[in-house]
Amino acid sequence: MPELTLVEAVNDALRSEMERDETVMVMGEDVGRAGGVFRATAGLRDRFGPDRCVDTPLAEAGILGTAVGLCMAGWRPVCEMQYDAFSYPCLDQLVNHVGRYRWRTRGAMAFPIVVRMPYGGGVRAPELHDDSPEAYYAHTPGVKVAIPSTPADAKGLLSAAIRDPDPVVVLEPKLIYRTARGEVPEGEHVVPLGRMRVVREGGDLTIVAYGAMVSVAEQAADALDASVEVLDVQTLKPLDEETLLASVAKTGRVVIVQEAPRLAGYGAELAAVIAEKGILDLHGPVLRVTGYDVPYPYWQIEDAYMPSVARVVDAARRLLSF
Amino acid sequence: MAQVLPAERGLRRIIGDGESTPDGEVDGLDESDFLELYRRLVLLRTYDERSVVYHRQGRIGTYAMFWNHEAMQVGSVSALRAEDWIFPSYRESAIGLLRGMAPATVLSWWRGHPAGWWNPLDYNVASICVPIATHVPHAAGLAWGKKLRGEEAMAIVYFGDGATSEGAFHEGANFAGVMRVPLILLCNNNQWAISTPLQAQTAAPTLADKAIGYGMPAARVDGADVLAVYEATMEAAARARAGEGPTFIEAVTYRAAPHGTADDPSAYIDQARVEEARQGECVGRFEGYLRRLGLLDDDTVAAVKAEATEAIRAGMAAAEAEPPADPGLVFEYAYAERPARLTDDLAELRRVLDA
Repeated sequence: MPELTLVEAVNDALRSEMERDETVMVMGEDVGRAGGVFRATAGLRDRFGPDRCVDTPLAEAGILGTAVGLCMAGWRPVCEMQYDAFSYPCLDQLVNHVGRYRWRTRGAMAFPIVVRMPYGGGVRAPELHDDSPEAYYAHTPGVKVAIPSTPADAKGLLSAAIRDPDPVVVLEPKLIYRTARGEVPEGEHVVPLGRMRVVREGGDLTIVAYGAMVSVAEQAADALDASVEVLDVQTLKPLDEETLLASVAKTGRVVIVQEAPRLAGYGAELAAVIAEKGILDLHGPVLRVTGYDVPYPYWQIEDAYMPSVARVVDAARRLLSF
Repeated sequence: MAQVLPAERGLRRIIGDGESTPDGEVDGLDESDFLELYRRLVLLRTYDERSVVYHRQGRIGTYAMFWNHEAMQVGSVSALRAEDWIFPSYRESAIGLLRGMAPATVLSWWRGHPAGWWNPLDYNVASICVPIATHVPHAAGLAWGKKLRGEEAMAIVYFGDGATSEGAFHEGANFAGVMRVPLILLCNNNQWAISTPLQAQTAAPTLADKAIGYGMPAARVDGADVLAVYEATMEAAARARAGEGPTFIEAVTYRAAPHGTADDPSAYIDQARVEEARQGECVGRFEGYLRRLGLLDDDTVAAVKAEATEAIRAGMAAAEAEPPADPGLVFEYAYAERPARLTDDLAELRRVLDA
């Protein structure tokens, strides 16, 4: 099996799915001639032509809006948003149309759109290249959300998203685009949506994370003098409640890690599910280690904002005292 | 590609006034086509007038009327083929009737009943777009997708003067221009976006002037002249089929009815202009034209109106005869497969409702 970086695995998924299904097309800003600002779409224009790997005008709402019409004409568009925070203009289309159109036709028409984008902080970038917008997307009815943390899952989840009959937003942790390396199956490779990955098993405490925070969770687990289970959410929606609650039943202690601001973030949904369905298994409070409820900071001090191994260890130690 | 020039300032007209302004001619329409156009105008007019009454009777919900906009809808749709797609805003809610959709379907939409949510593939009529201008990119995307597949179909998208201020209009029109897609952008310029007049909407001398920025030609037509709209749409459709890309049509009227049933325009509108528009309303104008040509008499007028009235009456009866929607439908259709959590929610709701 070849060893690829996470962003190379994204490229591999796109190439493989475009080979498999000639209605799959990739569209976005700079995805064609340049191959994407992170090279996620490199080589696709040469391989599949400018009609299937399309350099669009600089217009996020127009990209997603035309994708709705392209679906009506029988295409499966994979839309790249160049950066997390630049995806917000497409929220209008996502909320008002992409997530509603199947429902609006009472199931008669499908809108198998994929919106994929690099997300998250820690990359020493100018303002608004660091956001974690997953809660906006997960909150939108009719839309699924996936976030990989390994190269193999980046390929498998994106392939699953492209084949899914519903719209799927795939957020790719740009911090580990090139630092995460691993074996990736060749050819078609699908990781089904809706399943968590048990990264490691343990009995004293569960750390739940996704994206670049999975690695932080693992490092914290290494640093703790306890048996720690680490869960990688992988699909934020639909959530694999079974795996989550089984872990809660086993350990009784949960720390949730997310980069996004705390208030009404995705971690709050995880905590709520645990409270509704697993509260009697808990030995202590569910703790969240998150970004703060502030604008993402100046990059010279961004490490103070990002959940760190030390902050996760600190939360875990407090929880282990219960 | 022909050079894109600013649109003419004047409005294209074909129907005269029966006095000083003579009638013009339009190619390709025979006597039966003229009568069909008339039947379509009367059908939409009857639908609209009856809907206002149904609203007052509490039989449909809030309703956005399109009185005196019928000519734009009938003239343009009649210039298209069945495979061409229509993207309506709420102002064109009943445009599907021109493609054989049952009146009961649209009335059900305004009644909030699921029977009103049609399958667009049955008529090549997209769902009613409620937010402003966000369907312009959809129409551009569909036209683009058809072109990529080598199909001849095109799209037409309807929106108002206020919609041209929206970012979605700009992005959709720009995509259409860049990709040179077979699309007709039909702007219903009735001078008002609820209470905001056109001069508070744009500093452009005309809305058609915007088209040049997207590299597409534009035409300005009298929106109450069904033949002028038909002719302009035929020309735009010919361009689209020839691979020459999108066209912008500005159809100009003055809004002679409220924005919707919840609106009272007396606080802001120019009543003299309303009266003028009502005098020159589009169905009566075409009726006068056909009478001058000797194609219409009192008996035919009465028969066409009676037929339309009966169709809408029967449609309302059918809409009211729909069985009540099952609350379980709340959980359907959002996803291809219902997620487990929604199945749990449905079970819980059933338990509470059945208790």
